[in-house]
Amino acid sequence: MGELAAFIILSAIALVSAVVVVTSGNIVRSALSLVPTFLGVTGLYILLQAEFVAGIQVLIYAGAITVLILFVIMLTEGGTGLRVRQVNEQVAAGLLATVVLAGLLIGVFLRTDWPRGPGALPQYTAEAIGRTFLTTAVLIFEVTSLLLLVSLIGAIIVARRER
Amino acid sequence: MTINWPLEVVKAVLAAVIVFTFLAVIGAMLGVLLERKIGGWIQSRLGPKHVGRQGLLQTVADTIKLLQKEHITPHAADVAIFNTAPLIVAVAGLLDWIVIPFAPGLIVRDLNIGVLFFAAMASLTVVGILAGGFASNNKYALLGGLRSASQMISYELPLAAALIAVAMEAGTLSTVSIVEAQARQGWFVIWQFPAFVIFMIAATAEVNRVPFDLPEAESELVAGYFSEYTGMRFALFQLGEYAEMFAMAALATTLFLGGWKGPILPPLVWFFIKMYAIVFFLMWMRWTYPRLRLDQLLNLSWKLLLPAGLVWILITGYRITF
Repeated sequence: MGELAAFIILSAIALVSAVVVVTSGNIVRSALSLVPTFLGVTGLYILLQAEFVAGIQVLIYAGAITVLILFVIMLTEGGTGLRVRQVNEQVAAGLLATVVLAGLLIGVFLRTDWPRGPGALPQYTAEAIGRTFLTTAVLIFEVTSLLLLVSLIGAIIVARRER
Repeated sequence: MTINWPLEVVKAVLAAVIVFTFLAVIGAMLGVLLERKIGGWIQSRLGPKHVGRQGLLQTVADTIKLLQKEHITPHAADVAIFNTAPLIVAVAGLLDWIVIPFAPGLIVRDLNIGVLFFAAMASLTVVGILAGGFASNNKYALLGGLRSASQMISYELPLAAALIAVAMEAGTLSTVSIVEAQARQGWFVIWQFPAFVIFMIAATAEVNRVPFDLPEAESELVAGYFSEYTGMRFALFQLGEYAEMFAMAALATTLFLGGWKGPILPPLVWFFIKMYAIVFFLMWMRWTYPRLRLDQLLNLSWKLLLPAGLVWILITGYRITF
Protein backbone atom coordinates (compact mmCIF):
# COMPACT_ATOMS: atom_id res chain seq x y z
CA MET A 1 0.00 0.00 0.00
CA GLY A 2 2.62 2.49 1.11
CA GLU A 3 4.96 1.22 -1.54
CA LEU A 4 2.33 1.78 -4.22
CA ALA A 5 1.68 5.31 -2.94
CA ALA A 6 5.41 6.03 -2.94
CA PHE A 7 5.71 4.65 -6.47
CA ILE A 8 2.83 6.79 -7.74
CA ILE A 9 4.14 9.96 -6.07
CA LEU A 10 7.70 9.43 -7.31
CA SER A 11 6.56 8.60 -10.84
CA ALA A 12 4.34 11.69 -10.88
CA ILE A 13 7.28 13.88 -9.81
CA ALA A 14 9.53 12.36 -12.47
CA LEU A 15 6.93 12.53 -15.25
CA VAL A 16 5.59 16.02 -14.57
CA SER A 17 9.06 17.54 -14.42
CA ALA A 18 10.07 15.54 -17.52
CA VAL A 19 7.16 17.13 -19.39
CA VAL A 20 8.40 20.56 -18.26
CA VAL A 21 11.88 19.66 -19.56
CA VAL A 22 10.60 19.00 -23.08
CA THR A 23 7.95 21.73 -23.29
CA SER A 24 9.29 24.77 -21.43
CA GLY A 25 10.29 27.70 -23.60
CA ASN A 26 12.92 28.77 -21.09
CA ILE A 27 15.99 26.61 -21.49
CA VAL A 28 17.23 27.20 -17.91
CA ARG A 29 13.88 26.05 -16.54
CA SER A 30 14.18 22.95 -18.70
CA ALA A 31 17.63 22.24 -17.29
CA LEU A 32 16.53 22.84 -13.69
CA SER A 33 13.49 20.59 -14.16
CA LEU A 34 15.92 17.76 -14.80
CA VAL A 35 16.72 17.78 -11.07
CA PRO A 36 13.27 16.63 -9.86
CA THR A 37 13.17 14.14 -12.75
CA PHE A 38 16.46 12.60 -11.62
CA LEU A 39 15.37 12.67 -7.97
CA GLY A 40 12.10 10.91 -8.83
CA VAL A 41 14.02 8.19 -10.64
CA THR A 42 16.36 8.00 -7.63
CA GLY A 43 13.34 7.34 -5.45
CA LEU A 44 12.33 4.49 -7.75
CA TYR A 45 15.83 3.01 -7.43
CA ILE A 46 15.48 3.12 -3.65
CA LEU A 47 12.11 1.36 -3.90
CA LEU A 48 13.95 -1.37 -5.83
CA GLN A 49 16.54 -1.55 -3.00
CA ALA A 50 19.33 -0.36 -5.27
CA GLU A 51 20.57 2.26 -2.83
CA PHE A 52 24.12 2.44 -4.20
CA VAL A 53 22.85 3.22 -7.70
CA ALA A 54 20.48 5.77 -6.14
CA GLY A 55 23.36 7.54 -4.38
CA ILE A 56 25.42 7.62 -7.56
CA GLN A 57 22.37 8.89 -9.49
CA VAL A 58 22.03 11.91 -7.20
CA LEU A 59 25.77 12.57 -7.07
CA ILE A 60 26.41 12.34 -10.82
CA TYR A 61 23.14 13.28 -12.50
CA ALA A 62 21.33 15.68 -10.17
CA GLY A 63 24.50 17.20 -8.70
CA ALA A 64 26.93 17.25 -11.61
CA ILE A 65 25.30 16.73 -15.02
CA THR A 66 22.59 19.33 -14.38
CA VAL A 67 25.18 21.85 -13.23
CA LEU A 68 27.26 21.09 -16.31
CA ILE A 69 24.23 21.71 -18.55
CA LEU A 70 23.43 24.98 -16.74
CA PHE A 71 27.05 26.00 -17.00
CA VAL A 72 27.10 25.40 -20.74
CA ILE A 73 23.85 27.35 -21.20
CA MET A 74 25.11 30.32 -19.20
CA LEU A 75 28.49 30.43 -20.94
CA THR A 76 27.16 30.03 -24.47
CA GLU A 77 27.31 33.22 -26.44
CA GLY A 78 24.29 34.62 -28.24
CA GLY A 79 20.74 34.14 -27.05
CA THR A 80 19.45 34.21 -23.53
CA GLY A 81 17.81 30.81 -23.87
CA LEU A 82 14.42 32.44 -23.35
CA ARG A 83 11.47 31.68 -25.64
CA VAL A 84 13.13 28.72 -27.28
CA ARG A 85 10.88 26.64 -29.50
CA GLN A 86 11.07 22.98 -28.68
CA VAL A 87 8.73 21.79 -31.45
CA ASN A 88 8.88 22.25 -35.21
CA GLU A 89 6.21 22.00 -37.91
CA GLN A 90 6.35 18.24 -38.27
CA VAL A 91 3.92 17.48 -35.47
CA ALA A 92 2.11 14.74 -37.40
CA ALA A 93 5.28 12.81 -38.26
CA GLY A 94 6.55 13.18 -34.70
CA LEU A 95 3.26 11.95 -33.29
CA LEU A 96 3.33 8.94 -35.59
CA ALA A 97 6.89 8.05 -34.59
CA THR A 98 5.98 8.42 -30.93
CA VAL A 99 2.91 6.22 -31.19
CA VAL A 100 4.85 3.51 -33.06
CA LEU A 101 7.70 3.62 -30.54
CA ALA A 102 5.30 3.55 -27.58
CA GLY A 103 3.43 0.61 -29.15
CA LEU A 104 6.67 -1.28 -29.66
CA LEU A 105 7.87 -0.63 -26.12
CA ILE A 106 4.55 -1.59 -24.54
CA GLY A 107 4.49 -4.74 -26.67
CA VAL A 108 7.99 -5.67 -25.49
CA PHE A 109 7.10 -4.97 -21.87
CA LEU A 110 3.99 -7.12 -22.05
CA ARG A 111 5.71 -10.02 -23.81
CA THR A 112 8.82 -10.10 -21.63
CA ASP A 113 8.72 -12.68 -18.88
CA TRP A 114 10.19 -10.61 -16.04
CA PRO A 115 12.33 -13.09 -14.12
CA ARG A 116 12.07 -12.96 -10.37
CA GLY A 117 15.33 -14.15 -8.87
CA PRO A 118 14.84 -16.47 -5.94
CA GLY A 119 17.86 -15.23 -3.97
CA ALA A 120 17.79 -12.25 -1.64
CA LEU A 121 19.76 -9.11 -2.45
CA PRO A 122 23.19 -8.93 -0.84
CA GLN A 123 23.12 -6.93 2.38
CA TYR A 124 25.79 -4.62 1.08
CA THR A 125 25.35 -3.91 -2.62
CA ALA A 126 28.30 -1.50 -2.90
CA GLU A 127 30.77 -4.32 -2.27
CA ALA A 128 28.99 -6.66 -4.70
CA ILE A 129 29.00 -3.99 -7.41
CA GLY A 130 32.71 -3.33 -6.85
CA ARG A 131 33.51 -7.03 -7.08
CA THR A 132 31.55 -7.37 -10.32
CA PHE A 133 33.39 -4.41 -11.80
CA LEU A 134 36.76 -6.01 -11.14
CA THR A 135 35.90 -9.62 -12.04
CA THR A 136 33.12 -10.53 -14.48
CA ALA A 137 32.48 -7.03 -15.87
CA VAL A 138 36.10 -5.90 -15.94
CA LEU A 139 36.24 -5.55 -19.74
CA ILE A 140 33.16 -3.30 -19.91
CA PHE A 141 34.47 -1.31 -16.96
CA GLU A 142 37.88 -0.75 -18.53
CA VAL A 143 36.48 0.07 -21.99
CA THR A 144 34.10 2.62 -20.43
CA SER A 145 36.99 4.19 -18.52
CA LEU A 146 39.03 4.37 -21.73
CA LEU A 147 36.10 5.96 -23.57
CA LEU A 148 35.74 8.60 -20.86
CA LEU A 149 39.46 9.29 -20.92
CA VAL A 150 39.41 9.71 -24.70
CA SER A 151 36.50 12.15 -24.55
CA LEU A 152 38.24 14.05 -21.74
CA ILE A 153 41.39 14.46 -23.83
CA GLY A 154 39.26 15.34 -26.87
CA ALA A 155 37.45 18.05 -24.89
CA ILE A 156 40.77 19.55 -23.79
CA ILE A 157 42.10 19.58 -27.38
CA VAL A 158 38.91 21.19 -28.71
CA ALA A 159 38.98 23.83 -25.97
CA ARG A 160 42.65 24.63 -26.55
CA ARG A 161 42.36 25.15 -30.30
CA GLU A 162 40.21 28.24 -29.78
CA ARG A 163 43.13 30.29 -28.49
CA MET B 1 9.73 -6.98 4.69
CA THR B 2 6.77 -4.97 5.91
CA ILE B 3 7.16 -1.30 6.63
CA ASN B 4 4.71 0.63 8.79
CA TRP B 5 4.35 3.53 6.35
CA PRO B 6 2.30 6.02 8.41
CA LEU B 7 4.71 5.57 11.32
CA GLU B 8 7.71 6.05 9.02
CA VAL B 9 6.24 9.24 7.58
CA VAL B 10 5.57 10.62 11.08
CA LYS B 11 9.12 9.70 12.13
CA ALA B 12 10.56 11.39 9.04
CA VAL B 13 8.59 14.60 9.70
CA LEU B 14 9.62 14.62 13.37
CA ALA B 15 13.28 14.01 12.49
CA ALA B 16 13.17 16.83 9.93
CA VAL B 17 11.66 19.23 12.49
CA ILE B 18 14.22 18.29 15.15
CA VAL B 19 17.21 18.54 12.77
CA PHE B 20 15.94 21.84 11.36
CA THR B 21 15.49 23.36 14.82
CA PHE B 22 18.89 22.07 15.86
CA LEU B 23 20.51 23.61 12.78
CA ALA B 24 18.68 26.91 13.03
CA VAL B 25 19.60 27.35 16.70
CA ILE B 26 22.93 25.56 17.13
CA GLY B 27 24.20 25.84 13.57
CA ALA B 28 23.10 29.18 12.22
CA MET B 29 22.40 31.37 15.27
CA LEU B 30 25.18 30.15 17.52
CA GLY B 31 27.45 29.70 14.51
CA VAL B 32 27.11 33.31 13.39
CA LEU B 33 27.70 34.53 16.95
CA LEU B 34 30.80 32.33 17.27
CA GLU B 35 32.01 33.50 13.88
CA ARG B 36 31.75 37.14 14.90
CA LYS B 37 33.21 36.62 18.37
CA ILE B 38 36.16 34.57 17.09
CA GLY B 39 36.65 37.04 14.24
CA GLY B 40 36.72 39.87 16.76
CA TRP B 41 39.16 38.00 18.97
CA ILE B 42 41.53 37.20 16.07
CA GLN B 43 41.44 40.78 14.80
CA SER B 44 41.85 42.32 18.29
CA ARG B 45 38.39 43.85 18.50
CA LEU B 46 35.37 43.06 20.63
CA GLY B 47 32.76 41.72 18.22
CA PRO B 48 29.05 42.00 19.11
CA LYS B 49 28.72 43.38 22.61
CA HIS B 50 25.46 45.27 23.12
CA VAL B 51 22.45 42.96 22.80
CA GLY B 52 22.20 40.73 25.84
CA ARG B 53 25.09 39.81 28.10
CA GLN B 54 28.36 40.14 26.11
CA GLY B 55 26.30 40.30 22.90
CA LEU B 56 24.96 36.76 23.39
CA LEU B 57 21.51 37.68 22.04
CA GLN B 58 22.82 39.55 18.99
CA THR B 59 22.03 36.80 16.48
CA VAL B 60 18.62 36.16 18.06
CA ALA B 61 17.81 39.82 17.46
CA ASP B 62 19.19 39.59 13.92
CA THR B 63 17.02 36.55 13.19
CA ILE B 64 13.88 38.33 14.43
CA LYS B 65 14.82 41.33 12.29
CA LEU B 66 15.24 39.09 9.21
CA LEU B 67 11.89 37.38 9.86
CA GLN B 68 10.10 40.73 9.78
CA LYS B 69 11.75 42.06 6.63
CA GLU B 70 9.93 42.44 3.35
CA HIS B 71 10.37 39.87 0.59
CA ILE B 72 11.63 41.76 -2.42
CA THR B 73 11.51 40.06 -5.82
CA PRO B 74 13.45 41.95 -8.48
CA HIS B 75 11.33 43.13 -11.39
CA ALA B 76 13.20 41.15 -14.05
CA ALA B 77 13.75 38.03 -11.95
CA ASP B 78 12.55 34.56 -12.92
CA VAL B 79 10.09 34.36 -10.02
CA ALA B 80 9.60 30.58 -9.74
CA ILE B 81 13.32 29.78 -9.77
CA PHE B 82 14.11 32.82 -7.61
CA ASN B 83 11.78 31.58 -4.87
CA THR B 84 12.84 27.94 -5.07
CA ALA B 85 16.62 28.44 -4.97
CA PRO B 86 16.97 29.23 -1.22
CA LEU B 87 14.84 26.17 -0.43
CA ILE B 88 17.14 23.89 -2.44
CA VAL B 89 20.19 25.17 -0.56
CA ALA B 90 18.53 24.88 2.86
CA VAL B 91 17.05 21.42 2.23
CA ALA B 92 20.32 20.07 0.82
CA GLY B 93 22.11 21.34 3.94
CA LEU B 94 19.45 19.68 6.07
CA LEU B 95 19.61 16.30 4.31
CA ASP B 96 23.36 16.00 5.01
CA TRP B 97 22.54 15.43 8.66
CA ILE B 98 20.60 12.21 8.09
CA VAL B 99 23.76 10.09 8.18
CA ILE B 100 25.62 11.91 10.99
CA PRO B 101 25.86 9.72 14.12
CA PHE B 102 25.78 11.96 17.21
CA ALA B 103 26.00 9.11 19.71
CA PRO B 104 25.31 5.36 19.69
CA GLY B 105 21.76 5.03 18.35
CA LEU B 106 21.34 8.78 17.97
CA ILE B 107 21.27 8.99 14.18
CA VAL B 108 18.36 9.70 11.87
CA ARG B 109 19.20 6.64 9.75
CA ASP B 110 22.33 4.53 9.48
CA LEU B 111 22.32 4.07 5.71
CA ASN B 112 24.70 1.48 4.30
CA ILE B 113 25.74 4.05 1.70
CA GLY B 114 26.13 6.78 4.35
CA VAL B 115 29.27 8.50 3.05
CA LEU B 116 28.07 8.36 -0.55
CA PHE B 117 24.70 9.78 0.54
CA PHE B 118 26.46 12.68 2.24
CA ALA B 119 28.50 13.49 -0.87
CA ALA B 120 25.37 13.27 -3.04
CA MET B 121 23.35 15.64 -0.85
CA ALA B 122 26.26 18.08 -0.54
CA SER B 123 26.48 18.16 -4.34
CA LEU B 124 22.86 19.34 -4.61
CA THR B 125 23.65 22.69 -2.94
CA VAL B 126 25.33 23.96 -6.08
CA VAL B 127 22.09 23.62 -8.07
CA GLY B 128 20.39 26.02 -5.65
CA ILE B 129 23.27 28.48 -5.74
CA LEU B 130 23.46 28.48 -9.53
CA ALA B 131 19.67 28.78 -9.82
CA GLY B 132 19.62 31.71 -7.37
CA GLY B 133 22.44 33.44 -9.21
CA PHE B 134 20.72 33.04 -12.56
CA ALA B 135 17.18 33.90 -11.46
CA SER B 136 18.19 37.18 -9.81
CA ASN B 137 18.89 38.64 -13.27
CA ASN B 138 21.84 40.55 -11.90
CA LYS B 139 25.32 40.33 -13.37
CA TYR B 140 27.06 40.07 -9.99
CA ALA B 141 24.69 37.35 -8.84
CA LEU B 142 25.21 35.42 -12.07
CA LEU B 143 28.99 35.75 -11.82
CA GLY B 144 28.84 34.53 -8.24
CA GLY B 145 26.68 31.58 -9.27
CA LEU B 146 29.03 30.60 -12.10
CA ARG B 147 32.09 30.90 -9.89
CA SER B 148 30.37 28.77 -7.31
CA ALA B 149 29.50 26.12 -9.89
CA SER B 150 33.05 25.81 -11.22
CA GLN B 151 34.46 25.80 -7.70
CA MET B 152 32.08 23.25 -6.21
CA ILE B 153 32.30 20.89 -9.19
CA SER B 154 36.11 21.03 -8.99
CA TYR B 155 36.35 20.41 -5.26
CA GLU B 156 33.78 17.63 -5.19
CA LEU B 157 36.38 15.34 -6.77
CA PRO B 158 39.15 15.68 -4.14
CA LEU B 159 36.44 15.48 -1.47
CA ALA B 160 35.20 12.23 -2.96
CA ALA B 161 38.78 10.93 -3.19
CA ALA B 162 39.28 11.58 0.54
CA LEU B 163 35.97 9.88 1.35
CA ILE B 164 36.90 6.87 -0.79
CA ALA B 165 40.26 6.48 1.00
CA VAL B 166 38.50 6.50 4.39
CA ALA B 167 35.84 4.07 3.20
CA MET B 168 38.60 1.73 1.95
CA GLU B 169 40.43 1.87 5.27
CA ALA B 170 37.25 1.13 7.22
CA GLY B 171 35.92 -1.33 4.65
CA THR B 172 32.45 0.21 4.75
CA LEU B 173 30.44 3.24 3.65
CA SER B 174 28.24 3.37 6.75
CA THR B 175 29.12 6.23 9.09
CA VAL B 176 28.36 4.21 12.23
CA SER B 177 30.61 1.35 11.08
CA ILE B 178 33.40 3.83 10.28
CA VAL B 179 33.25 5.15 13.85
CA GLU B 180 33.41 1.58 15.15
CA ALA B 181 36.32 0.75 12.85
CA GLN B 182 38.22 3.67 14.37
CA ALA B 183 37.60 2.31 17.85
CA ARG B 184 39.52 -0.82 16.70
CA GLN B 185 42.20 0.71 14.46
CA GLY B 186 42.77 4.13 16.03
CA TRP B 187 41.65 7.50 14.73
CA PHE B 188 41.85 7.83 10.97
CA VAL B 189 43.36 11.30 11.32
CA ILE B 190 46.61 9.38 11.99
CA TRP B 191 46.31 6.57 9.41
CA GLN B 192 44.60 8.73 6.84
CA PHE B 193 46.34 12.04 7.49
CA PRO B 194 46.71 13.04 3.80
CA ALA B 195 43.01 12.24 3.28
CA PHE B 196 42.20 14.43 6.30
CA VAL B 197 44.14 17.37 4.85
CA ILE B 198 42.52 16.94 1.43
CA PHE B 199 39.09 16.62 3.05
CA MET B 200 39.49 19.79 5.12
CA ILE B 201 40.66 21.89 2.16
CA ALA B 202 37.98 20.54 -0.16
CA ALA B 203 35.29 20.90 2.52
CA THR B 204 36.22 24.55 3.08
CA ALA B 205 35.92 25.13 -0.67
CA GLU B 206 32.64 23.19 -0.87
CA VAL B 207 30.98 25.42 1.72
CA ASN B 208 32.32 28.59 0.02
CA ARG B 209 34.23 29.92 2.98
CA VAL B 210 37.31 32.14 3.02
CA PRO B 211 39.92 31.52 1.55
CA PHE B 212 37.58 30.00 -1.06
CA ASP B 213 34.68 32.46 -0.86
CA LEU B 214 34.85 33.71 -4.45
CA PRO B 215 31.12 33.04 -5.11
CA GLU B 216 30.23 35.72 -2.58
CA ALA B 217 33.36 37.86 -2.60
CA GLU B 218 31.80 41.03 -1.20
CA SER B 219 34.59 43.32 -2.38
CA GLU B 220 34.15 42.21 -6.01
CA LEU B 221 30.60 40.93 -6.39
CA VAL B 222 28.54 42.84 -3.74
CA ALA B 223 27.40 39.57 -2.14
CA GLY B 224 27.59 37.17 -5.07
CA TYR B 225 24.70 34.85 -5.76
CA PHE B 226 22.43 36.15 -2.97
CA SER B 227 22.83 39.87 -3.70
CA GLU B 228 19.14 40.23 -4.55
CA TYR B 229 17.71 38.21 -1.69
CA THR B 230 16.13 39.85 1.34
CA GLY B 231 14.67 38.82 4.67
CA MET B 232 13.96 35.19 5.29
CA ARG B 233 15.07 34.03 1.84
CA PHE B 234 18.50 35.49 2.51
CA ALA B 235 18.39 33.83 5.93
CA LEU B 236 17.62 30.47 4.29
CA PHE B 237 20.75 30.78 2.15
CA GLN B 238 22.71 31.62 5.26
CA LEU B 239 21.12 28.73 7.14
CA GLY B 240 21.98 26.34 4.32
CA GLU B 241 25.56 27.53 4.28
CA TYR B 242 26.02 27.13 8.03
CA ALA B 243 24.18 23.80 8.02
CA GLU B 244 26.60 22.62 5.34
CA MET B 245 29.63 23.91 7.24
CA PHE B 246 28.56 22.24 10.47
CA ALA B 247 27.74 19.08 8.52
CA MET B 248 31.24 19.04 7.05
CA ALA B 249 32.68 19.51 10.56
CA ALA B 250 30.44 16.71 11.87
CA LEU B 251 31.51 14.42 9.02
CA ALA B 252 35.19 15.21 9.64
CA THR B 253 34.59 14.31 13.30
CA THR B 254 32.92 11.05 12.29
CA LEU B 255 35.44 10.00 9.66
CA PHE B 256 38.73 11.16 11.14
CA LEU B 257 38.39 11.98 14.85
CA GLY B 258 36.70 8.83 16.10
CA GLY B 259 33.15 10.22 16.18
CA TRP B 260 31.41 10.01 19.52
CA LYS B 261 34.05 7.79 21.19
CA GLY B 262 36.03 9.17 24.10
CA PRO B 263 36.74 8.52 27.78
CA ILE B 264 34.70 9.61 30.85
CA LEU B 265 32.41 12.21 29.24
CA PRO B 266 29.15 11.05 27.58
CA PRO B 267 29.35 10.32 23.82
CA LEU B 268 27.20 13.30 22.80
CA VAL B 269 29.50 15.71 24.65
CA TRP B 270 32.56 14.20 22.96
CA PHE B 271 30.91 14.53 19.59
CA PHE B 272 30.19 18.22 20.11
CA ILE B 273 33.66 18.93 21.52
CA LYS B 274 35.27 17.44 18.42
CA MET B 275 32.79 19.06 16.03
CA TYR B 276 33.29 22.51 17.54
CA ALA B 277 37.07 22.04 17.41
CA ILE B 278 36.76 21.58 13.63
CA VAL B 279 34.30 24.50 13.38
CA PHE B 280 36.77 26.65 15.30
CA PHE B 281 39.53 25.57 12.92
CA LEU B 282 37.41 26.57 9.91
CA MET B 283 36.69 29.99 11.48
CA TRP B 284 40.34 30.45 12.36
CA MET B 285 41.24 29.86 8.69
CA ARG B 286 38.57 32.32 7.58
CA TRP B 287 39.91 35.19 9.63
CA THR B 288 43.56 34.43 8.88
CA TYR B 289 43.97 33.85 5.15
CA PRO B 290 43.28 36.15 2.19
CA ARG B 291 41.05 35.05 -0.66
CA LEU B 292 42.49 33.04 -3.57
CA ARG B 293 42.22 34.10 -7.18
CA LEU B 294 39.93 31.98 -9.39
CA ASP B 295 42.82 30.47 -11.42
CA GLN B 296 44.79 29.67 -8.24
CA LEU B 297 41.68 28.08 -6.80
CA LEU B 298 41.11 25.82 -9.80
CA ASN B 299 44.81 24.96 -10.12
CA LEU B 300 44.91 23.92 -6.47
CA SER B 301 42.04 21.52 -7.00
CA TRP B 302 42.93 19.99 -10.37
CA LYS B 303 46.72 20.03 -10.28
CA LEU B 304 47.41 19.36 -6.61
CA LEU B 305 44.53 18.01 -4.55
CA LEU B 306 43.04 15.62 -7.11
CA PRO B 307 46.35 13.93 -8.09
CA ALA B 308 47.33 13.75 -4.41
CA GLY B 309 43.96 12.17 -3.61
CA LEU B 310 44.31 9.58 -6.39
CA VAL B 311 47.85 8.68 -5.31
CA TRP B 312 46.67 8.36 -1.73
CA ILE B 313 43.84 6.02 -2.81
CA LEU B 314 46.50 3.90 -4.55
CA ILE B 315 48.72 3.86 -1.44
CA THR B 316 45.76 3.00 0.80
CA GLY B 317 44.78 0.20 -1.57
CA TYR B 318 48.33 -1.16 -1.50
CA ARG B 319 48.45 -0.97 2.31
CA ILE B 320 45.18 -2.74 2.96
CA THR B 321 45.83 -5.43 0.33
CA PHE B 322 49.39 -6.40 1.24
